[in-house]
Amino acid sequence: MANLAAVVGIGQTKYTTKRGDVSIAGLVREAAVNALADAELTWNDIDAVILGKAPDMFEGVVMPEIYLTDALGCNGKPMLRVHTAGSVGGSTAIVAASHVQSGTFRRVLTVAFEKQSESNAMWALSSPQPFSTHLNAGAGGYFAPIIREYMRRSGAPYDVGIKVAVKDRLHGARNPLAHLQKPDITMKEVEESFMLWDPIRFLESCPSSDGACAMVIANEELAGQSPKKPAWIRGAAMRSEPTMYAGREEVSPQAGRDCAADVYQQAGITDPRRDLDVAEIYVPFSWYEPMWLENLGFAPEGEGWKLTMEGATSLDENGDIPWNPSGGVLSSNPIGASGMIRFAEAARQVRGDAEQHQVEGAKLAMGHAYGGGAQFFAMWVVGAEKS
Amino acid sequence: MKDIAIVGYQQSDLVSDAGACNEVEMIIPVLGKLYEQVGITNAQDVDFVCSGSCDYLQGAAFAFVMGVDALGAVPPIKESHVEMDAAWALYESILKIRMGQAESALIYGFGKSSPGELPIVLSQQLDPYYLAPLWVDTVSLAAMQARMMLDQGLITEQDMAEVVARSRQNARRNPHAQLAGDVSADDVLAQETFVSPLRKADMCPVSDGASAVVIATVEKAREWGIPYAVISGIDHCIETHNLGMRDLTDSSSTRTAAKNAGMHNGAVDVAELYAPFSHQEIILTRALGLDSNTSINPSGGVLAGNPMMAAGLSRIGEVFNRIVSGEASRGIAHATSGPCLQHNLVTVLEKA
Repeated sequence: MANLAAVVGIGQTKYTTKRGDVSIAGLVREAAVNALADAELTWNDIDAVILGKAPDMFEGVVMPEIYLTDALGCNGKPMLRVHTAGSVGGSTAIVAASHVQSGTFRRVLTVAFEKQSESNAMWALSSPQPFSTHLNAGAGGYFAPIIREYMRRSGAPYDVGIKVAVKDRLHGARNPLAHLQKPDITMKEVEESFMLWDPIRFLESCPSSDGACAMVIANEELAGQSPKKPAWIRGAAMRSEPTMYAGREEVSPQAGRDCAADVYQQAGITDPRRDLDVAEIYVPFSWYEPMWLENLGFAPEGEGWKLTMEGATSLDENGDIPWNPSGGVLSSNPIGASGMIRFAEAARQVRGDAEQHQVEGAKLAMGHAYGGGAQFFAMWVVGAEKS
Repeated sequence: MKDIAIVGYQQSDLVSDAGACNEVEMIIPVLGKLYEQVGITNAQDVDFVCSGSCDYLQGAAFAFVMGVDALGAVPPIKESHVEMDAAWALYESILKIRMGQAESALIYGFGKSSPGELPIVLSQQLDPYYLAPLWVDTVSLAAMQARMMLDQGLITEQDMAEVVARSRQNARRNPHAQLAGDVSADDVLAQETFVSPLRKADMCPVSDGASAVVIATVEKAREWGIPYAVISGIDHCIETHNLGMRDLTDSSSTRTAAKNAGMHNGAVDVAELYAPFSHQEIILTRALGLDSNTSINPSGGVLAGNPMMAAGLSRIGEVFNRIVSGEASRGIAHATSGPCLQHNLVTVLEKA
């Protein structure tokens, strides 16, 4: 049985297109220092550092943990670098938690980042490979046909994605760290934004951001002494499936369903919509909200879009299960950090520390990340109470 | 805490150029042999899978993604990846077993370095603002380290050549080795220097290859009824990236990791050290306090073949082989990452 562990400190940077004022080391250190300050700890209180980010080509630094150890106060300690595609921020948090849950460490620092302005993500994702079709389409081009298939199957109205784009930006306007600040966004504005990869419009896509997110994770004893409320890790799970195989269900991947079932079982959740108070779910393109509502069991198959349209996932419409009150990936997307931001924002909610985007009385929250062609998943459930 | 053991290890032949064989094609035969050794069917028969690889070797983002195609991950599996040598993937897997989420794990590492210029590729590991723009490559940094040792009288070129000669001799018994032969220290010293003071023989070759390991709780290993070696300790430690702040003639992080892993709790019959350059084997041997009672790099070590991202895991596998064959009762395996031995991991293995 795993030892109890909890998030006792959270630090983030302000997400923005280009942080020209700091180096990569400066960026990760800023998030780490914020997390230590939040936990009222110092570098000496940290036993190990677990670093995550998406492909090294995004900054052009090979295995950057080697260079970042100084900035992260890790010299003389263990450093681990996780890379699981877009889900990496979530996976990194889970691997960091396992350092404590295994009883091996008492308190660790985990950091995930991306400084996308250092390079060009489209280029990094599209380098031609021998014997492979050159997919020069980026993530949006990859996911657009899958979204179209969801629309065909579910018969969802054309404006579900537009609604999600507006909702998450209104949420983001409550979060001063969010990259996009669009408090006056309208359905019309989103609809009239240009079409990037039909049916994904410009404003239905995530931005490209610089940013880092950090958490301090401690064991039960140390979490009990922490000055601020801990967020107890009630369940954590990862699943992977191959990129392609005969019969692969790309609209609602089996790996996502299995991962959710695993984390719900650990956290004692039988009905996620009822049992959870809030969820931070990886939605980089608007239509992934209704798709993941179904994949994660918040709605029956073909009906996820109804929750979105009813306002069930909206903080502004007093929905019963707000999704992405921080503004989500649609408001900020430093790719390698995006998963950890979901996990950290879930923790902020159950710590009652989410300020203007707090879901009142949140006791149980889910963080979710996916990556690659939606074949890698990482999820955790955090609670205000230990069990 | 549960006792965890290595129950199987396989590696590919180490070659200078695997040609059109891609990464998945390098991994699949290794996994096939490993499954046969352990008596399982595929990755579905273990509770967790973790791999180590490096995007820049393949020249593509997400190098590990295609690696998953080698696993038969349908239905979906519990799987993770480190952008590090797979020895660290083994470390992550041990944490997973210790926390009770798995009883067994498959770990694999792979690297096809031949398509690129490895020393230049690795130069991009360095501080991107101050060092990487100089394109100072790994061989030059290691040469500087060797020069410091020579200048301080800590080693002689003869000492370095003897490391190489022993590697070539030992590798004659390693069917997967890339470089092996009846080579003497005098043969090595007769070579011209390449990046002074290093001769080509002082450097590990550029290799393509893969290796894989299965670990399990001791209970599970007994249930499977196969030979195993217990992992009695494992730890790792990183040092500053600023070369000017480190004593490059020593490896304090290796010493720390070895101490924390409990290396000194018994005799060390065998040590497999990840020393890509001859003088680094001497640094590691001294940092660990090893003497003539320990057989060092009986496989030939990475001077006989250096599959990036797999070679550290292979060191653990080579010690496992010595223990299950009865050649050794207790041994240590070392893995490294970063320029001039910046980050080091030590595993202690013992006879069941």
